[in-house]
Amino acid sequence: MLNVDFAALVKASLFSVAPDLEGEAIDPDVPFRDQFEFDSMDFLNFIIDLHRRTGIAVAEPDYSQLASLAGAVRYLKSQIDSQGAE
Amino acid sequence: MIEFRMPSLGADMEAGTLLEWLKKPGDAVKRGDIIAVVETQKAAMELEIFADGVIDRLLVKPGARVPVGDVMAIIRSSDTASVPAVKEPIRSTEPFGGLDASTVAPPSALPSSSAGQELRITPAARRRALELALEPASLLPGPDGIIGLQEVEAAGPGAMPTRAKGIANAEMRAAIAGAMARSNSEIPHYYVSSTIDVSRTMTWLAAENAKRSIADRLLYTVPMIRAVARALTKAPELNGRFIDGHFQPSTVVNLGIAIALRGGGLIAPAIIDVNRLSLDEIMQRLRDLVARVRGGRLRGSEMTEGTTTLTMLGEDTADWIMPIIYPPQTAIIGFGRVADRPWITEGRIISAKTVTVTVAGDHRVSDGRAAATFLNRLDQILQEPDTLC
Repeated sequence: MLNVDFAALVKASLFSVAPDLEGEAIDPDVPFRDQFEFDSMDFLNFIIDLHRRTGIAVAEPDYSQLASLAGAVRYLKSQIDSQGAE
Repeated sequence: MIEFRMPSLGADMEAGTLLEWLKKPGDAVKRGDIIAVVETQKAAMELEIFADGVIDRLLVKPGARVPVGDVMAIIRSSDTASVPAVKEPIRSTEPFGGLDASTVAPPSALPSSSAGQELRITPAARRRALELALEPASLLPGPDGIIGLQEVEAAGPGAMPTRAKGIANAEMRAAIAGAMARSNSEIPHYYVSSTIDVSRTMTWLAAENAKRSIADRLLYTVPMIRAVARALTKAPELNGRFIDGHFQPSTVVNLGIAIALRGGGLIAPAIIDVNRLSLDEIMQRLRDLVARVRGGRLRGSEMTEGTTTLTMLGEDTADWIMPIIYPPQTAIIGFGRVADRPWITEGRIISAKTVTVTVAGDHRVSDGRAAATFLNRLDQILQEPDTLC
């Protein structure tokens, strides 16, 4: 598996869709919605930005798995791993 | 001569602070051109001119607090615009010292949206720049292309203490409180609500989104906006403005969308003439509005031309909301969260995706029956999602 800093990647996406949060400390286990008043538009933009950076197209039913930093990292890793296994 | 006055950009606005002029004396302007940017208690707003003409004089300086209704500039109407250009440079009678037109950068040099590029500055940074008497347009953006608090402080005189992030803006709270107190004292509200089965619409949307690339996916807000706007065309009492003691119904639906700001507060700019837009266009307008509410600029017309407002609580929030009307509008429609709930159909209890929609209406204009009729129509529309395209 590629040695990618997924947490840094997710943070970069987060800050790019919500530049006003740049520099904020992120609790990895608390959903963005609860931490930063992320709404559905922020979240969709976040998914779009992750897709741009990683090529991973998150299906709508999977959205809830990416609600927090830790969740998003887990999801991206699992996608990359399953791609590598193919 | 036309007097260009500080508009009321919402019932909660008493005054605005001029941030910058985007036109200078002698410039020709067309209806709809953005000529100034003002900061209100809520956001930076772009002021459009509502007539064609030529800027004659600018009466206020950037940084000045201008009460609603005060004259900001004098515009020569186009008919009298044949004044020889040679007269234009004579500005000895500038009503304020210092601001010669030459100190105002030509609009093309300003990173304004009218020039096709948004000045990317955070609202907090804009406010801070104002406190330090810095021109937002003169600041250099950071490596990310955005002017943040850091860039403002770096440009400011010495190290100024930075305000903590995330503190709900006291001015914003005061503005909202003022507007809502006025609404509650002036408007005899009534409330009518229905719980609507939106399973069909949500299923249709999931199938639609599965076919689309990520960047083209729609939020469920979009078909809801479409359905509300359609239903409003047959509910004239809920769509218009109450001005000078009279209700003025609107033939188009300019739907205000309540958008939350991180750190507290709401702004409800309008999507103009929703019924002319496709679902994709509504999504595009919504994305644009959210982005500009949070970090950019709103246009004055978006704040003044709303004919009714929609407020949606969003996912993982609460079941229903009883919203308060934004004067001079005469209705506001509130959606609670969409959730799986028990539902009875054909004598059986099933699980359905439902939403409780509440209409706040204005008894000076209508009765609960109008809202009930509207809700029934909305329900019908949401059962036929294919027709929403």
